[in-house]
Amino acid sequence: MALPSHASTLERIWHYTYLVTCGLIFLFLIAPILVVIPLSFNAEPYFTFTEKMLRFDADGYSMRWYDMLLTFGMQAPEAIRDSAWWSDAWQNAQWIQAAKNSFIIGFFSTVVATVLGTVAALGLSRPEMPFSRTIMALLISPMIVPIIITATGLFFFYSEIKIQDWGIPYLGVILAHATLGIPFVIITVTATLVGFDKSLTRAAANLGADPVTTFFRIQMPLIMPGVISGALFAFVTSFDEVVVVLFVGGLDEQTIPRQMWNGIREQISPAILSVATILVIVSIGLLTTVELLRRRSERLRGITPS
Amino acid sequence: MTTDTNPQVLTTVDGVPLKKALNRAMFRAKTRAFFLVFPLLVFILVTFIAPIGQMLSRSISDPRFIIHTEIGTDETTPIMQNVKAWFDANPAGTEPDEAAFAALAADMLILKDLKSAGNVGTRINYELSGSRSMFTKAARKANSMKAPFKDVFMDLDKDWANPELWSVMRNASSYRTDNFYLAAVDRKRGIDGSIEQVPENRRVYVQLFIRTLLLSFFITFTTFVLGYPIAHLLATLPMRYSNLLMIFVLLPFWTSLLVRTTSWMVLLQSQGVVNDLLVYLGVIGDDGRIQMMYNQIGTVIAMTHILLPFMVLPLYSVMRTVNPSYVRAARSLGATSWTAFRRIYFPQTIPGIGAGALLVFILAVGYYITPALVGGSDGQLISNLIAFHMSKSLNWSLAAALAAILLGGVLVLYWVYDRLIGIDNLKLG
Repeated sequence: MALPSHASTLERIWHYTYLVTCGLIFLFLIAPILVVIPLSFNAEPYFTFTEKMLRFDADGYSMRWYDMLLTFGMQAPEAIRDSAWWSDAWQNAQWIQAAKNSFIIGFFSTVVATVLGTVAALGLSRPEMPFSRTIMALLISPMIVPIIITATGLFFFYSEIKIQDWGIPYLGVILAHATLGIPFVIITVTATLVGFDKSLTRAAANLGADPVTTFFRIQMPLIMPGVISGALFAFVTSFDEVVVVLFVGGLDEQTIPRQMWNGIREQISPAILSVATILVIVSIGLLTTVELLRRRSERLRGITPS
Repeated sequence: MTTDTNPQVLTTVDGVPLKKALNRAMFRAKTRAFFLVFPLLVFILVTFIAPIGQMLSRSISDPRFIIHTEIGTDETTPIMQNVKAWFDANPAGTEPDEAAFAALAADMLILKDLKSAGNVGTRINYELSGSRSMFTKAARKANSMKAPFKDVFMDLDKDWANPELWSVMRNASSYRTDNFYLAAVDRKRGIDGSIEQVPENRRVYVQLFIRTLLLSFFITFTTFVLGYPIAHLLATLPMRYSNLLMIFVLLPFWTSLLVRTTSWMVLLQSQGVVNDLLVYLGVIGDDGRIQMMYNQIGTVIAMTHILLPFMVLPLYSVMRTVNPSYVRAARSLGATSWTAFRRIYFPQTIPGIGAGALLVFILAVGYYITPALVGGSDGQLISNLIAFHMSKSLNWSLAAALAAILLGGVLVLYWVYDRLIGIDNLKLG
């Protein structure tokens, strides 16, 4: 990419214009995500930098919105912060309830999506699989079909089979989120299986291992990075999903995105920005995990980065 | 020895012809592979395909005019059968006579008992606004109705003689109907049964479909314009730098959609960061703050940002495979850098452009959350209107018809994507 020494003036100008343009586009990508972080520490209920903030005056910053996340919905938010206060927060604070629900729904839908998706990906990547292309297209379709169509379809379907009366909490949302997460699991697991060396399983069979042993001892460790990143994708999909929850979730099934959605629609307060900041930090963590897994997978499969 | 019987046919040790044995083994392998996929296939069929199919079936039928469903017990009772019989006996366009009104009065009595005049009225109200109250009012008076019935109804409301009302009722009295598809493209059935456009002030859907397509095109184009240079930079830089810069693309990709939409709301508000910055720089005056949110500009900016990674990632994976020596060869043969780019580099990246553009377009056409939050009234897309009919106006059949049209379009694009790029080539980071 470096400019050769014989480049003409015009080429130099063009080259630097190009680099500056790219820099601006990267700024466009990242700035909106980073800008919410300082704003969430705003002492005033505004969405812009106050003069005090710009002067880096400590008075311009506060943790009040984070505090509000904890106390909102509590029975006695003003009490002394002892163990009783914390258990009150754990029991009643709305955002904590929403976080709990999000994690429960996310966990179970991820388990369903990962198990079913991985097994199916193993079948789909076998060369003898009949109609593999059509079936693959069908299984990926939840990612492509507009979410509002999925949500309305499930709304009628669940009210017809009365899933709310089955006595299993969150069941409808969990199944729906599993469906939405499955395409990601299939895509990532198939991607790891593409580079899979078939002679390894044959060698295992040759040494006397039965198919189950071969799977758990040979295949599974090798495709594990793909499975985990697929699971993370599925979890994020569920953790971030709002439309289906709005349509099929019960009144008590508040999740973080649903709470955010209500917050944005009714009156947007900087408390939303503190939630957003926490979520950005979570996504940085997830991104790091996935990147590390990808490198591990490449190392395991003997692909070295150029 | 088995070969003694027929030396031409190869057999296995136990005497089965080799071809047959191979076929059997192949069948077993196929079955094994299929059984791995089978649980998921059933799962998707039950939790995804069936619900959508069932929802779409509503688009061709809304039997609320002829079937009453008891809330709670789900018991169904046929209603409006007298009027339906009159419709069956008389061709479309017949002026309602005394017999018709007598049938209507008899039906009103049943509606009153079942307390379903509201539902029936709502059904008719979708196609002729203002008619719901006529039904509820008539049902209230049903007990005291006496012949001549036509005059009784005319006393209640002059609109009972409206031929349009009778035409709508006729359509509603059949179990299957294409009315909702007609409504979804701003058409309706006239009094004589022919298809005509609805009045100009009520034409919304065609315009909205066009707006959805245009905005999606525009967003696809902006993601291409912004995505191409950075994908090129990422693909040509050494791996250790490009991995670092890739974070700028992947972090938005992994960040919650609502977080990104919220960020844009914060940035674009009239008292927000972008306007403050512009005022500070003196580009605009304090009283000239630009309205960038709750309109199409907001939708386009936020959706471009959200969908940009879906353009960059396929472009990047194609650009990495482009051999740099082709461009060098072109340059050494005397091509200017522009010519070399236009004739050599760009054509090799077209598969990536196709993949990215199709993916972004497919996702943009069905977008819901971002337009709902930052779109205001003129930045709404078709998905938002489907949601409106689902949860506000409760005209579920119209919502289903709009959804069916949207889904049809998306599936065609999906099919094209699978043909051109192959769904198994989809890359996520």
